[in-house]
Amino acid sequence: MAHGKRGNLPPLQLHIPEPKYRPGDEADFSDIDVPKIDALPRPDESSHPSKLSAYSYGLLRVLDFDGMAKGSWNPNLDADILRTMLRNMMLLRAFDDRMFRAQRQGKTSFYMKSTGEEATSVATTMALDNDDMCFPSYRQQGILITRGYSLTQMMNQIYSNSGDHLKGRQLPIMYSAPEHGFFSVSGNLTTQYPQAVGWAMASASRGDSRIAAVWCGEGSTAEGDFHSAMTFAAVYNAPVVMQIVNNQWAISSFSGFAGSERTTFAARAVGYGIAGLRVDGNDPLAVYAAMRWAADRARTNQGPTLIEYFTYRAEGHSTSDDPQAYRAAQEFAKWPFGDPVERLKQHLIVTGAWDEERHESQLIELADLVKAKQKEAEKNGTLGHGLHHPFESMFEDVFEHQPWHLKEQCAQMLDEQRAKFGPDWEPK
Amino acid sequence: MAEAEIKTMNMIEAINSALNVMLTKDDDVVIMGEDVGYFGGVFRATAGLQQKHGKTRVFDTPISECGIVGVSVGMAAYGLRPVPEIQFADYIYPGLDQLVSEAARMRYRSAADFICPMTIRSPFGGGIFGGQTHSQSPESLFTHMSGVKTVIPATPYDAKGLLIASIEDNDPVVFFEPKRIYNGPFSGYYDRPVEPWSKHSASAVPQGYYRIDLGKASLVRAGGAMTILTYGTMVHVVSAVVDEEGVDAEIIDLRTLLPLDIVTIEASVKKTGRCLIVHEATRTSGFGAELAALVQERCFYHLEAPVERVTGFDTPYPHSLEWAYFPGPVRIGAAMKKIMQD
Repeated sequence: MAHGKRGNLPPLQLHIPEPKYRPGDEADFSDIDVPKIDALPRPDESSHPSKLSAYSYGLLRVLDFDGMAKGSWNPNLDADILRTMLRNMMLLRAFDDRMFRAQRQGKTSFYMKSTGEEATSVATTMALDNDDMCFPSYRQQGILITRGYSLTQMMNQIYSNSGDHLKGRQLPIMYSAPEHGFFSVSGNLTTQYPQAVGWAMASASRGDSRIAAVWCGEGSTAEGDFHSAMTFAAVYNAPVVMQIVNNQWAISSFSGFAGSERTTFAARAVGYGIAGLRVDGNDPLAVYAAMRWAADRARTNQGPTLIEYFTYRAEGHSTSDDPQAYRAAQEFAKWPFGDPVERLKQHLIVTGAWDEERHESQLIELADLVKAKQKEAEKNGTLGHGLHHPFESMFEDVFEHQPWHLKEQCAQMLDEQRAKFGPDWEPK
Repeated sequence: MAEAEIKTMNMIEAINSALNVMLTKDDDVVIMGEDVGYFGGVFRATAGLQQKHGKTRVFDTPISECGIVGVSVGMAAYGLRPVPEIQFADYIYPGLDQLVSEAARMRYRSAADFICPMTIRSPFGGGIFGGQTHSQSPESLFTHMSGVKTVIPATPYDAKGLLIASIEDNDPVVFFEPKRIYNGPFSGYYDRPVEPWSKHSASAVPQGYYRIDLGKASLVRAGGAMTILTYGTMVHVVSAVVDEEGVDAEIIDLRTLLPLDIVTIEASVKKTGRCLIVHEATRTSGFGAELAALVQERCFYHLEAPVERVTGFDTPYPHSLEWAYFPGPVRIGAAMKKIMQD
């Protein structure tokens, strides 16, 4: 029913964004702009945001497509550090592959891989100090791997088993590791953004030297929390690095549903008066350089930075997702910025710091390492196979001290177990 | 000693005093909110605190409740003890996700890796011609989510002691301040002159530190004819009606809705055999429903009459017809008569 339509005016039209390619289409990314390396040279860390607007619309690159590091953003890292970076990214990929398979084998309910996005969690973390506080979204397991957190612990959490430090309460991959500067992962999107800003404000108010770093996906920049966080970060000049991993897809919704048809995600910074950088997220050296620049800025009271990593989600959103149902099959293969692991490998090889043989043996070494850790973790059980935390633990940590109603409900739950398993049942 | 000195305070002054005591006592306490800094808050609850404790301890925020609560969660994760103010309870909803899904779950989801010792202060309730966006009583929402404590004082003395205990609590607390009684207890007769707190014994407030443990109700009036469970502004309205009707009712001010003082409630209802529940909030799924269910579960064989509820109506809070909405003396008196006849 058309209300208020006047004959001489064209009808209004509602725009519903549509991605360029759907299943069966031939993906073609030749229209994606690939600016020259150093098209926007590295500015001084103390530059005022008003002088940096162009950086939100460009694309920070260091590695060319022949594997050479070039330009003023080149962080000139030692070969040892680069090999560590490669190893961390390969370990992350090996871990992801193994845990994806564990889910398919019915050992857990859920898993999320970070394939194709490894640089955005590994290279970034390497550019931070180890005691800086990270507020991840659900796809930054690379932070923990880079900081040397126990793989077995991660697997215990994924299995929700008796060794799970989080007592089997959280969906797999929602780790928490305060001693590794890793905040508890939430399933509600971008809630970590204002929290990271608050942590950074607290650090600044205490004259601390630690900064906060926070990650979200491009899709969830649409949440109010993102914008509240940007406002607070700008208002209080908070020492925080805010990062958007733009992997093009939020489950089945392409980035257009978060506004990418009109501008970049880094450009969100401009309106807030925050420094913004848009970075090739599959170029580990560019990612490192951007984070280093932003971290130095935050650490010297120059304020917050918003970084967009332009990357591609190579696999499904999670084990519960099948991307073949909504996007063209060969998108990742045709992604103009390649694969971050392959690009770093190529760089190390062309600079004489690596070779195919070492790469192959490292692949095997890491796969074996992950397998061994998995065996260790599975001694503590897998999801639904008997070994879990005591039943009463369900009622712990709701509050510091358990109120009467939770005590009563706990007793009821134990009675229910006895009714199920017999009077000799022990609450283990 | 100055600590023990007693001063006559209204509820705003008592809250201000509690905040001042805690800012002085604990470096980790920070206060933030809309207009709370230099100006001292639209209700003056934070007056003078920024001047005394500095701008990094007491400061204004952008108008973003999501930001205020979210930033507080992050500050708590750092190790601070934030006491954010939400200017009106009606404005708390944009911050609800940060409270329900984040603050309330932090201890549980991280197995106590991270905790959230945050106290959200917020004026609530009507009777001030605030219309539907400045009058709501949303307290039952907060008792329905696991991991949050809900506290509502009814006197200056309680407000200070409960607020200090809330700030010291290591879990998130929503501290609702009945703004109708900021300046004086309210009898429910809006057409009578306002009585100042100075005439009420609970306006004698120690200037120093003291705390009232959460989860403990207060016996306002002992009696044998019926038990009246209430909190906030309604404590005073109920007291006035009980005096007027000359009914020997036992009035219990719950003070903390969660954790609830079930021991006091149970003992009283078993003694009197009758139970009336009075709150200003809307009726359906209000906290009265929970109280009625608990009393029925625990005191059924002692009850001589059905449990009665007196509440606000299930409409938005009206502006011009505020006093037809408010659960005043007429509604309470009728319920008391009914419960005694049954």
